[in-house]
Amino acid sequence: MDYFLIGTSLAKIAGLLAVVLGIMNYSVYAERRISALIQDRLGPNRVGPAGLLQPIADAFKFLLKEDFTPGHVNKFYYWLAPCLAMIPAIATLAVVPFGSTLFGVPMVIADINVGVLYVFAIASLGVYGIVLAGWSSNSKYPFLGGIRSSSQMISYELSLGLAVIPIFLVAGQLRLTSIVRFQIEHGWMIAPFIGDWTNIGKWLLAVPMLVSFLVFTIAIFAETNRLPFDLPEAETELVGGYHTEYGSMKFGLFFLGEYIAMITGSAIIVTLFLGGWHLPLPSWHGGFHWAVVNGSAPGWRGIIGGIFNIACFFAKVAALLFIFIWVRWSLPRFRYDQLMRLGWVFFFEIALVNIFVVAVIVAYISK
Amino acid sequence: MLSEYLPVLLHIVVAIGFAVSALLVSVLLGKSGRTNRTKDTAYECGMVPQGEAQPRFSVKFYLVAMLFILFDLEIVFMYPWAVVYRETIGADKTILWSMLSFVSILMVGYVYALKKGALDWKN
Repeated sequence: MDYFLIGTSLAKIAGLLAVVLGIMNYSVYAERRISALIQDRLGPNRVGPAGLLQPIADAFKFLLKEDFTPGHVNKFYYWLAPCLAMIPAIATLAVVPFGSTLFGVPMVIADINVGVLYVFAIASLGVYGIVLAGWSSNSKYPFLGGIRSSSQMISYELSLGLAVIPIFLVAGQLRLTSIVRFQIEHGWMIAPFIGDWTNIGKWLLAVPMLVSFLVFTIAIFAETNRLPFDLPEAETELVGGYHTEYGSMKFGLFFLGEYIAMITGSAIIVTLFLGGWHLPLPSWHGGFHWAVVNGSAPGWRGIIGGIFNIACFFAKVAALLFIFIWVRWSLPRFRYDQLMRLGWVFFFEIALVNIFVVAVIVAYISK
Repeated sequence: MLSEYLPVLLHIVVAIGFAVSALLVSVLLGKSGRTNRTKDTAYECGMVPQGEAQPRFSVKFYLVAMLFILFDLEIVFMYPWAVVYRETIGADKTILWSMLSFVSILMVGYVYALKKGALDWKN
């Protein structure tokens, strides 16, 4: 047994979970405050200064409410469903590199060579939580919500899967750390001005990459059931959708699992398209170039560099989370036929054509 | 090789532990109230539940699931192709044309499904 590997892995898992659960709690708070700002009202501002302790109060409320299981449900699956909504969202984070190195230890829990496949394999399990919740509740609204959701999530998984193929064409790797390293050397996928910016082929590639990025981001919105794709829990039609029959922490796991899924989705967008933990700093030391800060420098400079990289990563994730919230409070919900048409006809075709645009550019222009 | 996956296993175990312990704490701390027959019925906006709990639904959902499996397999076929694409493309462009022909055959099926109205939810 490799005790060093187990020890560092457990430390990284604990650290990552602490940060992610913290972001989760405060993204709920941020959602409520930003929605209040957008709708010109106050939002939660009573618990602690500016309402900053609201997440703690919410957590206690989830835990102290009556833990009630209605008599008409299928007990086993009713209890399994909230766990299945939460576990895949957390488990997907195992392969995402959230920093360079710190004390010589790479800041990724598992650097496996099938990284992106692992992400898709685990993230798509999330649909089971929602379908089982809808089915096991033995009630009309949850049932309709679960059916809608299964159909919606698998439809947008197609666009999700197609939108990442251009990255493999360019980077030639499934390993997420290698994709980040590729972006450090050649510039971010959608920002060709970083790195060797005189390369014409890179500027050409950035256009289909931007299309890919937009398709992927919108598909993540649909996968996480966020507005404008929140038909599985459309309040005006389905009460609460798939979690109508749930209460206390069982509802809490659905609710918080959605936020964790948002964080995981943002982390994957950042890793694939926005350069991961990398933030290029302009340097004029001996002619202009982009300086790379990482944790490999000796002594305290390496430690600060490592922490800086982790901070960059989570800052990018937080920026994307803000966009998630902003979109939710700005756009109305789709109708179901519009949603399916958008996923199957519009995104599917765009993503497919996009792959061959990239393939032709790689083949003939940017070798 | 296999030791690369040990942290993944640890992470999944921690994730399961988090979900289960959250539910367990809620069971232990949550106050339980009295139950009665009405509390045990399905929620239908306060009315007495009517008809089946799981009503019949559109066959379109089944169609979408079947089409998903078909096209998702196609996408999975493209992954290994995409990964080796850059190192193989050099002088010989066969790898590009072979994938184009593979996808165009599949597109015949896609256009057929589209024309048959399998993805049309309006009626």
